[in-house]
Amino acid sequence: MSNASFSRGYQALKAQIDAPIAAYFSSCVHCGLCAEACLFFTETRDPKYTPIHKLEPLRKVWEQEYTLVGKLKAWFGLSTPLHDQELADWQEFIYNSCTLCGRCSLVCPVGNDLSYMIRKEREGMVAAGHAPDGQISAAKRAITVGSPMGVKFPALQAQIKHIEKDTGFIVPVNQVGAEYMVTLSSMEIMNYPEYLEALARIFKHAGKTWTLCSEAFEATNTGIQIGSSDIARELVSRLVNAAERLQVKTLVSPECGHAYTAIRWEGANLMGKAFTFKVQHILEVLEELRQQGKLKTEGLETARMTFHDPCQLVRRGGVIDEPRNLLKTVAQNFVEMEDAGKMNWCCGAGGGVGAIEQAHELKTRVFQRKISQLDAIKVETVVTACANCRITLEEGFEAYNREMPVLGLTELIAQHLVEEPATENAHE
Amino acid sequence: MSTSLGAILREQYGVSRRDFLKFCSVLASSMAISPTFIPRIAEALEKTPRQSVIWLSFQECTGCTESLTRSNAPTLESLILEQISLDYHHTLQAAAGDAAERARDLAMKANQGKYLLIVDGSVPMGNSGYSTIAGISNVDALREVASGASAIIAVGTCAAFGGLPHANPNPTGAVSVSEIITDKPIINISGCPPIPVVITGVIAHLITFGVLPELDKLGRPLSFYGQNIHDRCYRRPFYEKGLFAEDFDDAGAKKGWCLYKLGCKGPVTYNACATLKWNDGVSFPIEAGHGCIGCSEPNFWDAGGFYRPLAVPTEGVAQLTQMAFAAGGALGIAAGVLNAKKRDHAIAERETVSIDDLKRKG
Amino acid sequence: MNEVAFLAWVRGIGFQIALGIFIVGMVVRWLEIFLLGKKHDYSAPKGSAVQGAIHTIFSRSIPEKSTWQRSRVQIVTGYVFHVGLLLIILFLTPHITLFREFLGFGWAGLPNSVVDLIAVITMFALLVALVRRLQDPVLRFISTFQDYLVWTVTFLPLLTGYMAYHHLGFSYPTILGLHILSVEILLVLFPFTKLMHAITLFIARGFNGATAGHKGVQA
Repeated sequence: MSNASFSRGYQALKAQIDAPIAAYFSSCVHCGLCAEACLFFTETRDPKYTPIHKLEPLRKVWEQEYTLVGKLKAWFGLSTPLHDQELADWQEFIYNSCTLCGRCSLVCPVGNDLSYMIRKEREGMVAAGHAPDGQISAAKRAITVGSPMGVKFPALQAQIKHIEKDTGFIVPVNQVGAEYMVTLSSMEIMNYPEYLEALARIFKHAGKTWTLCSEAFEATNTGIQIGSSDIARELVSRLVNAAERLQVKTLVSPECGHAYTAIRWEGANLMGKAFTFKVQHILEVLEELRQQGKLKTEGLETARMTFHDPCQLVRRGGVIDEPRNLLKTVAQNFVEMEDAGKMNWCCGAGGGVGAIEQAHELKTRVFQRKISQLDAIKVETVVTACANCRITLEEGFEAYNREMPVLGLTELIAQHLVEEPATENAHE
Repeated sequence: MSTSLGAILREQYGVSRRDFLKFCSVLASSMAISPTFIPRIAEALEKTPRQSVIWLSFQECTGCTESLTRSNAPTLESLILEQISLDYHHTLQAAAGDAAERARDLAMKANQGKYLLIVDGSVPMGNSGYSTIAGISNVDALREVASGASAIIAVGTCAAFGGLPHANPNPTGAVSVSEIITDKPIINISGCPPIPVVITGVIAHLITFGVLPELDKLGRPLSFYGQNIHDRCYRRPFYEKGLFAEDFDDAGAKKGWCLYKLGCKGPVTYNACATLKWNDGVSFPIEAGHGCIGCSEPNFWDAGGFYRPLAVPTEGVAQLTQMAFAAGGALGIAAGVLNAKKRDHAIAERETVSIDDLKRKG
Repeated sequence: MNEVAFLAWVRGIGFQIALGIFIVGMVVRWLEIFLLGKKHDYSAPKGSAVQGAIHTIFSRSIPEKSTWQRSRVQIVTGYVFHVGLLLIILFLTPHITLFREFLGFGWAGLPNSVVDLIAVITMFALLVALVRRLQDPVLRFISTFQDYLVWTVTFLPLLTGYMAYHHLGFSYPTILGLHILSVEILLVLFPFTKLMHAITLFIARGFNGATAGHKGVQA
């Protein structure tokens, strides 16, 4: 075991530099367009939240360690080396005011993937001991207890019993050879048990085999959020081992943005090998079932609805059309908010921001963006597909005194499933 | 010999008053002097006693003298030379040997402080033996004659700026007049050779007004050297339209398009060729189909090839480019490999982070 | 040094020094970037990284809608001076003559009066960009000495070129020499400053687009 120190952090930053980062820093012209892409700037108008500014520590390491010019500059005393206080000061920018939403990465005219770099920068912050307390605690709980919110399997078991009792469906656990292995975010277990119930309903309806795993049901990955590949790897490996042991075809990521990024994109790279199973977000699974005709719905919601795109699904995941196709099968009055889809604005609490106490006020302040987006289209209900977005939306509406129900898309679909496909017409 | 020019022109050449005034007006206009001064020029030229002139030729090719004197028919420009008392000029004078040198001594003594010194050719400073006249080195002759002169006219680019002898590698250590003589007024009439009327015009100006004409910062009379060839060139409209001869025998060349791409130095050359022209206003090099070579400018021999356009570097860079690529490649690979090693080392040495060491101790 | 010698120097040794530093610098910077490498991506692709890279290299030249709505002045200014610089560099006849020297072939130039107008517009756009950098809170906050240095060395060739064409301030050989010198300064600084973006932005867009393409996102 090593100790958190500046030198450990600096070493970690040095280890992050690759060709893309070198190309990105070489290309920045300080045009400032990334500021207008970041909701922490647009809602506060404070220049310190300009995304490229948040990368100054990493830029210094790149310039001073990996360029001849930077070495010359340092030699002539034209640049100051990175120091510990600077990293400490940057916690506010690297964590509190960045949700890794990736909007800046799509806006930058020279093509810099800024959120890729922030993610890398966090590796150094963690190693230096400058990660925020809230995220440290969440990471500890995830590793020791199994979930960042401290949910243990018995709690889930209680939920399962409830569901089985209420609905008569069976919720399979540790079923070897199932087609789908379903994972959850602890937020869903604690706050939105409807989700698990919906899954049970949907898989039964579609006639697919599925299972939960008692040792790996938590999909959220605090390692990704805090920015530690070591912690992230430990968490991902639990899911990977479970999926391999249960010999499932597909590992299903829950309604959560970062869980998807963690297992779908970073997972295989953390493990250093390609997966033997497929990874899909629940929306991708649902859309696939819909296209196969295995998802028959009836009745349409009449309320004016919109869909809030979780950042990690659209910008960092490519899940854009799926929620729209699904929602249109059950909603009559579906409207898009401005910038919907790939450029949608973040709820303000992704990327671990929700776990940071010091960021609470800022998070609420920047929620103004969501409020104005929604006010403009006058909807009655917001649908989303990320438990973290969902709780942030609910808290935000409360803070801004808005009466606005927030639904998970999976539950909404489940509510509209045709009970018995054979007696479809009898229901009318 | 104190007969005035007016008298000589009338009596010896039968030039009418009308023609004489016409000549004066040409002089006035070429020097951009107000027409109201024409009678004054005429009067001065008519009445002023003949000016004693000593002409020294150093490292030169006699082209400047040729320019002044070689004409198919006697011109008014050559006539003005009659107005001066050319007391020493080793190409033109009849005397030779000791007699010639004695003529120079006599003229210097008789007109001490008043005679005009005209110099063509550059002065070798490397070894005085490179160029001597009657056993006297050029530099000594120049210093001696200059000491009693009222003013010096450096005729031709060699005398004015060093010219061809000064060209790289300048084996004789050639320098211009102004690099040796610093205590006398010097007028540079550059060109290889200079335009004849410019020489006569300057002499006329000195006689008429008794002061030097207005000079540019290279010591050249502004009235002749105030504008560049390019600005006054009749082919300029083609430049503006982007119509260029690409070769000396292509269609563009035949149509008289701009010669910029063929290396014309008109844009950086200050002279009156494009307006006064040569051979009684017949033509000038660009009109003859060849780009200006910039002969009235210092270092024109070494200012890049005559046929290399102004926009391109004076020397080929193919070899340099190859060398730079090789050097950059070697340096870049060395730096890149070291960087990759350093990064991989940082990855290898990176200490694993666990939940128990996320915070600083103590 | 007289003006003709100065002009000969900038066209001769001066140019060779500048070109040498430029090429060495560019090659070094390019290798410094690429030799750092990129880790293999083990995650199953959802789309083509190569197609994503190619797409983004081009598509990122067009501002995305919400950015356009929020930063119009900035985007228009940037477009004008970039397009202006490109037209002037590529379509002024003396510049083409220079390119022909290197490439062995040339192309038709624009009439001088047109290039002259473009130069005025470009200089105006650069001045607007400078004023914005000094006034806009974000730009002022993130700007460093290098930003102002690079602005200056970009503006000077335009200014001296314009002055040379219109015979302003200096004799033609002097201002032409200054113009060439200003470009040489630009060449020398190019590989070591953000001017480098002119080349690396394609690499950056490529990497960004590849990451997005791999994930099935059109970046």
